[in-house]
Amino acid sequence: MLHPLIILVAAVFTHNIALSYLIGMCPMLAMSRRVDTAAGMGVAVTFVLALIGPLNWAIYRLVLVPTHSEVMAFLVFIIVIASAVQLVEMLMGRFFPALHSSFGVFLPLITVNCAILAVSLFVMLREYNLWQTVTFSIGTGIGWGLATTIIAGIRERLQLVGDVPADLRGAGITMVIAGILALAFIGFSGMVAIQ
Amino acid sequence: MNLRKLAYTRPWRVFIAGFFKENAVTYQLLGLCSTLAVSNKLENAIAMGLGVVFVVTISSALISVLRRWIPGQYRMITYMIVTSTFVIIVDQFLKANFPLISAQLGPYVGLIITNCIVMGRQEAFAIKNGVGLSLLDGLGSSLSYFYTLLILAFIREILGFGTLLGARVTPESFPVWVVITMAQGAWFMLAIFYWVFRRAAKLQPAEQG
Repeated sequence: MLHPLIILVAAVFTHNIALSYLIGMCPMLAMSRRVDTAAGMGVAVTFVLALIGPLNWAIYRLVLVPTHSEVMAFLVFIIVIASAVQLVEMLMGRFFPALHSSFGVFLPLITVNCAILAVSLFVMLREYNLWQTVTFSIGTGIGWGLATTIIAGIRERLQLVGDVPADLRGAGITMVIAGILALAFIGFSGMVAIQ
Repeated sequence: MNLRKLAYTRPWRVFIAGFFKENAVTYQLLGLCSTLAVSNKLENAIAMGLGVVFVVTISSALISVLRRWIPGQYRMITYMIVTSTFVIIVDQFLKANFPLISAQLGPYVGLIITNCIVMGRQEAFAIKNGVGLSLLDGLGSSLSYFYTLLILAFIREILGFGTLLGARVTPESFPVWVVITMAQGAWFMLAIFYWVFRRAAKLQPAEQG
């Protein structure tokens, strides 16, 4: 059994969800124009993941497995994600308006961020326990935010230099940046080992 | 004569726009996660591609049938429920008939639900148009995803494993390029494909940066 802390480190560095599983890329390409937007989205994703990862774990273990309806997992997960995101947005708007105005705009976008659903699916496939699920969810959020923020930083600098071939501008050069960053992240491998 | 007329009809234009000019991956930048993750082997790409074609086409048509009864503010959740129903069918089909491919694809089959091509076509087209056109639109877009996946997988499997559909094609002395099968190589491959495709299709360049 893997220690939860090992899973946390793995999810942030060695098995980064965006760079080595290529999940959550559409929002990564869209949100990495500016560092502050990217960091805000990273915080929002981490927060939602910390909530939804354990929630979906509990629903899968306590409801779906005992009733032998694992087939319904996809449907249940996505409904839980959509409704939880909606709920968080409403609660935040009601009780923490300042927080809501600073990163509330990111919340509706999170429903279609594949990283959220992917965490629930990975947890299901790898049969993590509760603490492993909690650290994996938080680590994944941090890892995604970290990768997106670094890429945003590089893109901001690149805009100042700006001599990208015309057909490669925008998403194309971002893919190259992400590839180089992913190569750099190979340097972390060997630190911890999970499957 | 009939064939030449066909090229000017609306259904054909809807189909071909999705199929080539508005390629789902390079023009609309949709469905990137799975494009990169499953394109390291041709057989995975075929299974995933056919799954996406099935889900996008059928769910677009179904949304189009239901479009008069879907209330505006609940349409997102309706899309998701419709989509995940079909994804469950694909997942169960793969598990029953191709357990090996299913194990290799892992969570990526489930991620078809959040594959933006599905929701993109439903929101941009199926909710406003008739059943026949929505079917063609879904088919065109998802086939563009399919051939992009095949091209990438073809190159990556030859370079990375030296095989094609599991059969060896390169000589033994030809060293395999391990990085191309991993995520890092996937990024560079897609960037090159994006570059070539946009140049070939003469798309407007994106803004600087």
